[in-house]
Amino acid sequence: MKVHINPELCQGHGRCYDLAPGLFGDDEEGYGQVLGDGIMAPEAEHDARLAVLNCPEHAIELLEES
Amino acid sequence: MATDDRFTRDPQESDEDELAGTRSEIIAGPVRDWATDFSHLEPEWSTDPYAIQDDLRRRCPIAHTERFGGAWLPTRYEDVASIAYDTDRFSSRSIILSNFRPPPELAPIGGSPPISSDPPFHHDARKLLLGAFTKQTIGRQEPATRAFCHSLIDSFSGQDVVDAARDYAQHIPVRVIANMLGFPPEDGPQFREFVEDLLEGINLPPDERVERVQRLFEYLLAQVHDHLDSPRDDLTTYLINAELYGQKLPPDVVTGAMALLLIAGIDTTWSAIGASLWHLAKTPGDRERLIAEPGLLPTAMEEFLRAYAPVTMARLVKEDMHWHGVDMKAEDWILLSFPAANRDPAQFDRAGEVVIDREANRHAAFGLGIHRCLGSHLARMELRIALEVWLERIPAFTLDDPAAVTWSAGQIRGPRTLPLRIG
Repeated sequence: MKVHINPELCQGHGRCYDLAPGLFGDDEEGYGQVLGDGIMAPEAEHDARLAVLNCPEHAIELLEES
Repeated sequence: MATDDRFTRDPQESDEDELAGTRSEIIAGPVRDWATDFSHLEPEWSTDPYAIQDDLRRRCPIAHTERFGGAWLPTRYEDVASIAYDTDRFSSRSIILSNFRPPPELAPIGGSPPISSDPPFHHDARKLLLGAFTKQTIGRQEPATRAFCHSLIDSFSGQDVVDAARDYAQHIPVRVIANMLGFPPEDGPQFREFVEDLLEGINLPPDERVERVQRLFEYLLAQVHDHLDSPRDDLTTYLINAELYGQKLPPDVVTGAMALLLIAGIDTTWSAIGASLWHLAKTPGDRERLIAEPGLLPTAMEEFLRAYAPVTMARLVKEDMHWHGVDMKAEDWILLSFPAANRDPAQFDRAGEVVIDREANRHAAFGLGIHRCLGSHLARMELRIALEVWLERIPAFTLDDPAAVTWSAGQIRGPRTLPLRIG
């Protein structure tokens, strides 16, 4: 699984980097950033889903790696 | 000492434009029907807006009123979100609904940028401030905030009943923002008055409101001059020196942004802290659970923000249009109720209940879209520290007299009198 933030939708609420700091960080203006390549270990999936379910802008996607 | 002739003009001069807006007839008094005559200024609304909003959401999702020269109140999450995202059809030129509409020429900057700004100016003005309000930058205020919360609780020593709104919640955002702007901490009580002038007293005669707003801008101008004489590392000096499009900011943008930073963070965070303590005082199960599981606080806090969202914004309709089943006219107000959106059962399970371990919580307490509250990381830090310190120091507390609790009127809602028994 891979996480992705749509920068067109992100408004910098910061819920992702509050809830899943291992997967997300922020840039110098507070917008969410995926750390690294976004590919995550299975044990990180719960945190990733939490971030998805708490993003008010629906800016985070979980993608099945093909 | 540098002189800066941007700030030497008579402030009265620049207020000419503000006076050129449109005034509407002041209509106050009991509401006949909330669907056709709503007013967020009536006591029934401040006591319990949720019952009114829930009823409207079921029978008339977009209410109307002739008051304030015409206004609409959407109550469904979907409608509130659509308006927040649609900056083409809804302007932020004035975000406080009143009997005075500033002139259309005030757009896209508005009186207190960037909250009052529309695209494209909005993006550039907001960009100037974002760096000062990231989670990391705000984190630097945390130790001082925690120490200040402890000092407030130290001052309760010997008292069995304290007013948690007046003697605790209120002081925290005032102290933090004074520090960030570089204003003297002893001016705190004055900020309270400025906040009341701007956000309450909406139905006062417009001339009186203008006069009150001028008092705020005179204060801000004095602070600008103080910072020009002795620049320091704070937001006021930052704004004085900031550049946009290769030039320093116009003076009204500097003072407008200062006004926003001063006003926007006080009533709002005060309300969020107060409403959370009110809930815990009357809900022993939730209070005991948070004492037993302090790690749940960040999750619980988001639920308090959802259920007791303190902030409602306003918009102005740009052109006549048929919108989601109603006929809106140009210059109609929209009362953009994030609290109503946050309790829409179509968006949230058990929307009317406070569920402190709610896992999925896409609430809109800090708005949606480009105007997401600039200070949300600051507000969350203050709310978390205020609750952590309170629960650590005063784990057992109850409402001393539920009938004595009072709530603010207008677009920012929170307890203003909150007597809690702590001994």
